[in-house]
Amino acid sequence: MGVALALVIIVIGSVIFHLLSPWWWTPIATNWGFMDDMISLTFWITGVVYVVILLFVAYCVYKFQYREGRVAAYEPENNKLETWLTVLTSLGVAALLAPGLFVWFQFVTVPEDATEIEVVGQQWSWSYRLPGADGKLGTADNRLISDDNILGINPDDPYGQDDIVIDGDDLHLAVGQPVKMLLRSVDVLHDYYVPEFRAKMDMVPGMITYFWMEPTRVGTYDVLCAELCGIGHGYMSGIVLIDTAEDYAVWIGEQITFAEMSTNKDIKLTDLVDR
Amino acid sequence: MVEIESTSPASVPPAEVEEVELYHATNFWTKYVFSQDAKIIAIQYSGVAISIGLVALVLSSLIRLQLGFPEMFDFITPESYYQFVTMHGMIMVVYLLTALFLGGFGNYLIPLMVGARDMAFPYVNMLSFWIYFLAVLVLVASFFVPGGPTGAGWTLYPPQAILSGTPGGTGLGIILMLVSLALFIVGFTMGGLNYVVTVLQGRTRGMTMMRLPLTVWGIFTATVLALLAFPALLVATVMMLFDRLLETSFFMPSLVEFGDQLSYGGGSPILFQHLFWFFGHPEVYIVALPAFGIVSDLISTHARKNIFGYRMMVWAIVGIGALSFIVWAHHMYVSGMHPYFGFFFATTTLIIAVPTALKVYNWILTLWNGNIHLNTPMLFSLGFIVTFLNGGLTGLFLGNVIVDIPLSDTMFVVAHFHMVMGVAPILVVLGAIYHWYPKITGRMLDEGFGKIHFWVTFVGSYLIFFPMHYVGLVGVPRRYPELGDAAFIPDSVATLNSFISIAAFIVGIAQILFLYNLFWSLRNGRLAGANPWRATTLEWQTPETPPGHGNFGPELPLVYRWPYDYSVPGASEDFLAQNDPGPIDSGNSP
Ligand code: HEM
Ligand SMILES: [Cu+2]
Ligand SMILES: [Cu+2]
Repeated sequence: MGVALALVIIVIGSVIFHLLSPWWWTPIATNWGFMDDMISLTFWITGVVYVVILLFVAYCVYKFQYREGRVAAYEPENNKLETWLTVLTSLGVAALLAPGLFVWFQFVTVPEDATEIEVVGQQWSWSYRLPGADGKLGTADNRLISDDNILGINPDDPYGQDDIVIDGDDLHLAVGQPVKMLLRSVDVLHDYYVPEFRAKMDMVPGMITYFWMEPTRVGTYDVLCAELCGIGHGYMSGIVLIDTAEDYAVWIGEQITFAEMSTNKDIKLTDLVDR
Repeated sequence: MVEIESTSPASVPPAEVEEVELYHATNFWTKYVFSQDAKIIAIQYSGVAISIGLVALVLSSLIRLQLGFPEMFDFITPESYYQFVTMHGMIMVVYLLTALFLGGFGNYLIPLMVGARDMAFPYVNMLSFWIYFLAVLVLVASFFVPGGPTGAGWTLYPPQAILSGTPGGTGLGIILMLVSLALFIVGFTMGGLNYVVTVLQGRTRGMTMMRLPLTVWGIFTATVLALLAFPALLVATVMMLFDRLLETSFFMPSLVEFGDQLSYGGGSPILFQHLFWFFGHPEVYIVALPAFGIVSDLISTHARKNIFGYRMMVWAIVGIGALSFIVWAHHMYVSGMHPYFGFFFATTTLIIAVPTALKVYNWILTLWNGNIHLNTPMLFSLGFIVTFLNGGLTGLFLGNVIVDIPLSDTMFVVAHFHMVMGVAPILVVLGAIYHWYPKITGRMLDEGFGKIHFWVTFVGSYLIFFPMHYVGLVGVPRRYPELGDAAFIPDSVATLNSFISIAAFIVGIAQILFLYNLFWSLRNGRLAGANPWRATTLEWQTPETPPGHGNFGPELPLVYRWPYDYSVPGASEDFLAQNDPGPIDSGNSP
């Protein structure tokens, strides 16, 4: 009796905790509402299974607790029951997998009109690079990194000259404009993590990884690092803003290009002081 | 289909080979220290594993001290925090659970349960333990070298694992960690070959594979997995050692560390992750399968009922084991590997959920219509069902690639894997100790202490890890020594963290009760007799308790039936031992 009751309390307690919990994901700021829906769907399906199975266990413990003289049944197999359980479980799993893979397909299919934005991680700060007027990012390589060229932009690549470099400052994004976030690392693994975006991906030195999204909600959001990158991992924070189109235009007008950076000594100096 | 053999005594096949003369120890040293008797080796393995496990438990308290009460303890710096987390995780997974289930339970139970006098290669078995012991010593040494142990996380991902931004990265810490792992693998391989060969070759007459207790099936399959998976880790550790010591670049691309161009170039950090998880995912099942097997036997014995769907249970263990080799990259959904891998690995991962779920159903259906003794082993088994079910279901979140994207690397993951491969197997370990202690020592553990120990441990662990999922849902990343001041984290998370920490301290302290019980009962426990649980399997039918050298007296037992003849209709007792030739043929013995 006591044990069965304890199991029931655990089940009910867990459900109540779940329903009353103020600890829930932050409101989303991108188009990945599907991910939230999938989490909810999964909560529903698994939650029902959890409750049903544990209540059944509690019932068994209550009903078939040891009594002098009770004889347990002898029932080694029941093929019909086992087949049914297999089929039902497979259906439940398929109900989770199918929509999941469907959304995953969207996640890995970057729309044509997405703007490319580069995020560069290094121990323990974030920098960014936006394509300039030509709409294209120039090539870059960690081997080219130096005090004058903190992102390793290839100086011989004409596409790179008008790239906008943001070092030690916040990133702004325009609401409604899909972006492909190209992720690069200077040193170790990092992970560009903004909980409100839902999407995230590791940055790996030696390769360019990416994810895409469409910002949908104007606001200011915290950037964290989600992949262990040394002792500063917990403190590798930044800010990203989603602006209205007008604000974004103003902001982008104030930024400096790679070419300006490499010719203008003053800017380089203040830039170094910033760092 | 498996042939249903006749179960009349005549069906035991005649002996094909002569019994081999056993190795006999002559003095104290060869009997108790450099022992070749699997039962002594089992106790040595268990003693070392539990001791180092207690270190990992203390480390978890230190982690929780920091998370629950940040900035109160000056000695916990980010460096030491990462060192605690790393060593805690690595010790728990490898040096405690793997060693305890395979080296501890495997050594004790395999020969006894299959009806063998000892392991196939006793000398190699002894070496296995001593190399494991050496591995533990090297691991412990890393706490005392300058710079301390590695803080790279138990996953040891390069490049950071061997660079200066990580504690122990450029010192001895990471080197000792890698050397210790390599030693562990060498030692394990020696033991593992023994377990496999003993199960395949050492069974007594009549003990067909389909009459093996599920405990043996679980440990056997886990060992096969380990023999196939650990080599991937071994090459990864050796390659990383080369990268660290000889400046090769297996895992190291060209990179700039704090403004300095390093000489590395051309390697792939993701290659390491593939190797690590090719080992790491099966590792989860190396820990889980023995637990599955053991809990099946505990439930069946203490519910006085045959395990439901034995054959399906066996095939589920084997199937899960096989599938576990093609799901590894579900740990790498956000690693930057090719995104199309996501389709494949999400599918295989969710497929594995089906046999796993069937196992859960079968445990529960075993309870149905049973005669359930709510003693400590049964309580721990019930605790296992709750926590394993919980962790298995959250696995459906993380296995489904699109759901994993927002949740990966948050505390949700930490909560998930603790439920499924931390708490659940530990509960089985504890239940198993209550179950087999009488055979190992001849005395019962105290039930009163046992029940208090169970309730505090089970409810406490649930209170630690159930709320932790919600810390992760908020978005709090794992491996953070502090919450920081990000706007999306409300203050209430800090309160919840303190609550979780207090629960963790209570669970930690409750283990003292358990240790006390272990030692107290050694002298004061009730005498157990040969078969206190009235169980069917061969280890309970030994002439001596604890079993003597050679296990079974002059004649090896002959096996006439499967291990689950509980409450057979018409039998005078509510169990028929496997070596009972008795008149009753349950007809269900494969
Ligand atoms: C009372 C028992 C335990 C408590 C309170 C506990 C607590 C914790 C905490 C707080 C973390 C750090 C989470 C983070 O910030 O990333 C952690 C990490 C970890 N724990 Fe435990 N744990 C316990 C038992 C176990 C057991 C039995 C296992 C065995 C599987 C285990 C395996 C791990 C692993 C693998 C990690 C990850 C280490 C890493 O991030 O590198 N823990 N644990
Ligand atoms: Cu990081
Ligand atoms: Cu896995």
